[in-house]
Amino acid sequence: MKKIEAIIKPFKLDEVKNALTQIGVQGMTVTEVKGFGRQKGHTEVYRGSEYKIDFIPKTKIDLIVHDEMAPQVIEALERAARTGKIGDGKIFVSPVEEVLRIRTGERGKDAI
Amino acid sequence: MKVDTGDTTWLLISTALVMLMTPGLALFYGGMVRRKNVLATIMQSFIALGVISIQWVLYGYSLAFGPDIGGVIGNLDWIGLRGVGLDPHPDYSPTVPHQAFMIFQMMFAVITPALITGAFAERFKFKTYLVFLILWATFVYDPLAHWVWGVGGWIKELGALDFAGGLVVHISSGVAALAASLTVGRRKGYGDEAMPPHNLTMTLLGAALLWFGWFGFNGGSAIASGSLATSAFVVTHVSTASAALSWMMAEWMHRGNPTVLGAASGAVAGLVAITPASGFVGPLSAIVIGGVAGLLCYLAVNLKTKLKYDDSLDVVGVHGMGGTWGALATGLLASKAINSAGTDGLFFGNPSLLAIQALTVVAAWVYSFGVTYLILKILDWTMGLRVSEDHEINGLDLSQHGESGYSF
Repeated sequence: MKKIEAIIKPFKLDEVKNALTQIGVQGMTVTEVKGFGRQKGHTEVYRGSEYKIDFIPKTKIDLIVHDEMAPQVIEALERAARTGKIGDGKIFVSPVEEVLRIRTGERGKDAI
Repeated sequence: MKVDTGDTTWLLISTALVMLMTPGLALFYGGMVRRKNVLATIMQSFIALGVISIQWVLYGYSLAFGPDIGGVIGNLDWIGLRGVGLDPHPDYSPTVPHQAFMIFQMMFAVITPALITGAFAERFKFKTYLVFLILWATFVYDPLAHWVWGVGGWIKELGALDFAGGLVVHISSGVAALAASLTVGRRKGYGDEAMPPHNLTMTLLGAALLWFGWFGFNGGSAIASGSLATSAFVVTHVSTASAALSWMMAEWMHRGNPTVLGAASGAVAGLVAITPASGFVGPLSAIVIGGVAGLLCYLAVNLKTKLKYDDSLDVVGVHGMGGTWGALATGLLASKAINSAGTDGLFFGNPSLLAIQALTVVAAWVYSFGVTYLILKILDWTMGLRVSEDHEINGLDLSQHGESGYSF
């Protein structure tokens, strides 16, 4: 089982969600985050005081998928989230040790 | 003397309008501080309604407007509003009940110290603040109100013109704010940490309520309904519009963006500047007064960044500067054609008014700064002015009030 974490531009969320559900992904968790990479922030001025805002709002998507599905999921996610402009984000893939469905107690691949 | 119901209606409505300015100020300031201090900031304005209202009734009104002692203060004949009844008062309110005048003036006494809180936002101890309110009202506001508006007051006797509180409200609080910034000291992290406004929508709502309420502040100072109230109402509005535009334009040209905070701040600067002049000038003068106020206050606020003192919400730049300009502008642009009970200013052939205005501006500056400084030094020595460093970091809402402004 693999955990796929993607940091994407917030306005891309719907497009990404649709692309993923279309290939069979059945669930995901979404968090609002802030961050920066190579994309620069901006400056805001309030009554003469300048504030450099380095952190940019992003959306983080967490998915747990079967090993076999991972490549398709990553490809669909990447395609849907890309704009070609700086700040598109990143995808991180890591192995998952255990998964459990709370309602039924199912474990492992059946719990995904 | 007979009670005129039209005059009384307008004065009572104006009283309610000015009352609304205090919560309006609370929101104006509240939106500009960091989220963790929003309630504490609002509370400082709101609680003035509690403290000063009682102080006013018990003895404040008597000190400010009571029978004169030496041109300097009123006596305590009207302690507990003794003798302040429902009949008109020949000097202060010839056509409305004396109590109507008293409660109208109360709202001015309430909002003035609340204005100062902008200077020490996000770091002042609430307990000390409550004592500060009482001391400042007693030793700065009440005497100053007496000098300018009380029968026998020395500034009034000199012939200075202050229709609705350029000296009494704005210069006094603006200068007190300077004294406060210097005694309280900068916020932790000032200059290094980002402290942008947390909710400018709240600030704009506050600014709008201030604009609305100011019609009562200036219009009501006619203490009568009719032509003078109308004139004051009109010039108040025009000055504000002009100043909102001029600040916005100045900032647009200087920094590249027409900001919402700038437009709101400009509007307030225009309201402040027209306050002393509102019963003595016409609409075209109001455009000038407001236009210059927006620009001057914009420059003053930017100068603060260079001088590095932490007047957090720009009370000095807006009220101190705006009030000073307004008082001097009155000396330039006052016209007896607008109000025959006034005096002509420099541009209408009379240079002496400007000199009187300048003198009384200096007197207000010196007095308010000196006494406020003294009060704060004594309070610092006895009670402490600032919250602890930990409390400041965690925010005043939690540390002073045990509350959170928002729970999402």
